[in-house]
Amino acid sequence: MEIVLAIMIGVLYAAGIYMILRRSLVKLILGIIILGNGANLLIFLLGRISKGSPPIIPGDLKVFAEAYADPIPQALILTAIVISFGLQSFAIILIKRAYKVVKTDDLDEMNAIDQDS
Amino acid sequence: MTHQLVIYPLLLQLFLSIILMFSWSKISWQRVISIVGGFLNIAISIWLFAFIWNEGTQTVQAGNWAAPFGITFVADSLSATLVLLTAISGLAVSTFSASSIVAARLKFGYFPIFHFLLLGLNGAFLTGDIFNLYVWFEIIIISSFVLITLGGEKAQLEGAVKYFTLNILASMIFLTAIAVLYGLTGSLNMADLSLKVAAIENRGLVEITAILFLIAFGIKAAVFPLYFWLPASYHTPPSAVSAIFGGLLTKVGVYALIRIFTLIFVGDVFLQDTILVMAILTLISGGLGALIQNNLRKVFSYLIICHIGYMIVGLGLYTEMAIAGTIFYLIHDIIVKTNLFMVGGLIYRITGTNNIRSLGGLYAQYPLLSLLIAIPLFSLVGIPPLSGFWPKISLITAAFAGENWWVIGAILFASLITMVIIAKVWANVVWKDKPELPKRLNFRYYDKLTNVRKTQLVAPIVFLSLISLYIGFGAEHVQQLSSRVASELMDNQQYIDAVFKPGQTIKP
Repeated sequence: MEIVLAIMIGVLYAAGIYMILRRSLVKLILGIIILGNGANLLIFLLGRISKGSPPIIPGDLKVFAEAYADPIPQALILTAIVISFGLQSFAIILIKRAYKVVKTDDLDEMNAIDQDS
Repeated sequence: MTHQLVIYPLLLQLFLSIILMFSWSKISWQRVISIVGGFLNIAISIWLFAFIWNEGTQTVQAGNWAAPFGITFVADSLSATLVLLTAISGLAVSTFSASSIVAARLKFGYFPIFHFLLLGLNGAFLTGDIFNLYVWFEIIIISSFVLITLGGEKAQLEGAVKYFTLNILASMIFLTAIAVLYGLTGSLNMADLSLKVAAIENRGLVEITAILFLIAFGIKAAVFPLYFWLPASYHTPPSAVSAIFGGLLTKVGVYALIRIFTLIFVGDVFLQDTILVMAILTLISGGLGALIQNNLRKVFSYLIICHIGYMIVGLGLYTEMAIAGTIFYLIHDIIVKTNLFMVGGLIYRITGTNNIRSLGGLYAQYPLLSLLIAIPLFSLVGIPPLSGFWPKISLITAAFAGENWWVIGAILFASLITMVIIAKVWANVVWKDKPELPKRLNFRYYDKLTNVRKTQLVAPIVFLSLISLYIGFGAEHVQQLSSRVASELMDNQQYIDAVFKPGQTIKP
């Protein structure tokens, strides 16, 4: 199971970076979204996936009796999802506005600021 | 109870943002609240700094969950110094933007977002948990995205696309590195990681994680070869925004590098050599890049990159004297870079253009202002006894002791190039005869402003120049501070003790 997840994370990272390097603004944002998904799955994988119970100690015991699911990676992934959701929605609106002002989808054309001013 | 003082700077910035959001359309109130809040911030930061200086490293556990399970806020000397410098720069830029940012931008929430940015900066400097550092970095970059696009001009949007792509990429790499580090050690608390990482057997994977952190923070700190987003975007927003970016945002990346490589990934020779090579190339390429620019603000952007090299080179040498030089350079550079961009904004406001070839005659028109802007320009070059000179002594001595001749060569080369660039800027802007420029319509020229607005433009530059003069002439005090910070960084035991055994005062 881990090997499937690891290969999938590798494919997502590769796809994300490939899309970021493309010339189109829309493909750029798609690449960022895919890269974010890859990072979240990586945190999930590194939390040691196992068949475990919720991390709650039963009332009559003092320590964990059986294997439990680690809650921290879940908290990290939730936080990362929320943060990247906010960033992506900003990025989409920025791209829409940039397209309206610059009138092109082609990143190679967006070099007015690189010229000597 | 006074150790709760550690989070007061954060709480103050949060309350300021909320109050400013409630007065969304009343710009005159926002200006007053922001400036008064800036003074309060400096007061609290001085109080925190004095407390840390006397009592040693202090911690606060968020929600009273004990370390290493809860999130710790740690204020050691480095954090307290940087919080104080953030407060000083924040006040200066608040005052400058009260006058230089047009009302149309201020109406769309400039000041609330500015204080969110300062909140994120304070949080990043004060946190002791690596995922919390990621969250504060995200707060910083989302506020910076808003500030860089506020106004919606074509140049700003183009620069913003490049800026956000590289910064989001850096965040993803940072998140990847945190994930791998958590998988290796099972902990997120920096003091705990310091103990656990030393005990892992799989050193290869630890080195890869360290390199991932180096790349992520290297993009944020603008080191070679990861800096190309900076000259593409930093000259596009208004000068006040560039001032806070140039003075503080890259320095957060440098702070994170210092923290990671002195606390968590210690003693790795391959990494130190890599950092040294990157620093040397940063010094050389940043300096050379600034030579050919004709836009004044692009010159300053490349100078940011060049001077980041000084700080990273001290980290790469990794002796106590080198790190003291890095910290001194950090203190000097935050003040000078903020001041430099504000000077650029003032020149733009006076003349209406940023092109060096079209500028000139500033001394003839405003002699006192020319003498004022000489202070940050020559502090940047490092003419003794101004502030840029003293940290170079520590860095070069440390490089001699380690027999790193390339480092000495790069430091001297970068200083020479900076001098050539500043001489070119000075000659073109201040001494050259003023060329005939067509007057721009609808542009608020400096001489048409009211006295209050003129003071709000000039007073921050005076304030930061006085602080630069203090750092230069009172360099002994700053050197004492840097040595103390460096000794705390090289010996982590007092940091780890402060996190795990709070309540015991660890005297310096």
